[in-house]
Amino acid sequence: MDPTWTALLLSLKVAGFATAINLVLGIAVGFALARLRFPGRDLLDTLLTLPMVMPPTVLGYYLLVLMGRRSWLGAWLHDSFGINLIFTWQAAVIAAAIVAFPLVFKPARAAFEAVDGQLEQAGRVLGISEAGIFFRITLPLAWRGILAGVLLAFARALGEFGATLMVAGSIPGKTQTLSIAVYEAVQAGQDDVANTLVLATSAVCIAVLLAAGRLAPGRIANR
Amino acid sequence: MLYRRSTRFLMAAVLALAFLPALAGELTVSAASSLTQAFRDMAQAYQTRYPEARVALNFGASGALLQQIARGAPVDVFAAADQETMDQAEAQGLVLAGERRDFVRNTLVLITAADSTLALRRLEDLGQATVTRIALGNPDSVPAGRYARRALEAPRLWPVLQAKVITTQNVRQSLDYVARGEVDAGFVYGTDAALMKDKVKVVLEVPLDIAIRYPVAKITASPRGEEARRFMAYLASPAALAILAHHGFGKLGP
Repeated sequence: MDPTWTALLLSLKVAGFATAINLVLGIAVGFALARLRFPGRDLLDTLLTLPMVMPPTVLGYYLLVLMGRRSWLGAWLHDSFGINLIFTWQAAVIAAAIVAFPLVFKPARAAFEAVDGQLEQAGRVLGISEAGIFFRITLPLAWRGILAGVLLAFARALGEFGATLMVAGSIPGKTQTLSIAVYEAVQAGQDDVANTLVLATSAVCIAVLLAAGRLAPGRIANR
Repeated sequence: MLYRRSTRFLMAAVLALAFLPALAGELTVSAASSLTQAFRDMAQAYQTRYPEARVALNFGASGALLQQIARGAPVDVFAAADQETMDQAEAQGLVLAGERRDFVRNTLVLITAADSTLALRRLEDLGQATVTRIALGNPDSVPAGRYARRALEAPRLWPVLQAKVITTQNVRQSLDYVARGEVDAGFVYGTDAALMKDKVKVVLEVPLDIAIRYPVAKITASPRGEEARRFMAYLASPAALAILAHHGFGKLGP
């Protein structure tokens, strides 16, 4: 039971951090793409959506090349801070965050675009600052759409496997997330371990969906 | 009515044709990752020698391949990298003792990146502070990892080095991590190291108390028994032995 618990907690930690990062970045990027108009906006949107459609192993390879010891970034991190990202849980967070990012920013952009501009104008008329308008008018109105994206992103980050396996490896307790643990258990013929892991993963996913039903106000909860 | 009957006949004919490739002796061979290049050449030579033959190759860690076969994958011939995997196959009734034999030898080596400055002359040197990460295959499913663990357990180094070990999914992944510099050293086969002579260097041949002998066997459930036996017989032919030797594999010997 213990290895299952370790893998479960690690998966929740990695997915949690990745989703938190995506929450901030996704809202920021979604808002920027919804409100700003500049040449190449749609191209940028497409590029940022790529991680969602790209095969995870392709993404894993890109990350390995970009963050690896011999890359520009990896060499700089190693020489300046002694940090080697590969085989760390931080690398797992980066991989999970990148694959789940489009799942947050796209619904966020759509939600922001759906906010009635007149309500924001009313706020300006009343003298609220732009930041105030964003946090007290825009964001609360867009929240439902963003939440749906965030939950999907959490589930995606929890299940991330291909890219994580390539850049974070499979170190029990450090980077062996639930999905990787299941894969290795099946490869080693340890069916009982695999069964426990799969049950744990399923339980977590059901819990997340139930929580989503409770948290999301209005339409979703009253169904 | 005649039109409908001929349409049904046509559909049946098309479906039958679709299943034809499965019936027409395509041999599925699952082989350990370290045999990738050698078996690709082998399959080509085999298909040249027997033009009507078709060989489909499937590579991976021996343990992973065994799991596929155990769960009913339609494999005809299985070539593993250690006796233990084949013993497990025999214990699970997937192969018969009489349909299995060894066909080639290999060596286990310790490698570092070609430009590495680490001084590793004995296995004990892996305990140095300058060695922070060692790649070896997951001993649960990768023979190369099992051999490495066995070699490290003898001088009681395994518990000490555990914290530095990065386990990989197959021996080629270990090779890749060493070549990329993500780990300081790795355990791979001599034949794997030879593939990346420009990126990795062999620092020592790992002393093992057993010989590394690869077994090959016909899968009992295979419907292409004769074809499987013919392929296995081909593995012992001079042409096949030359291909294996060309890739660095050793002869069976005494």
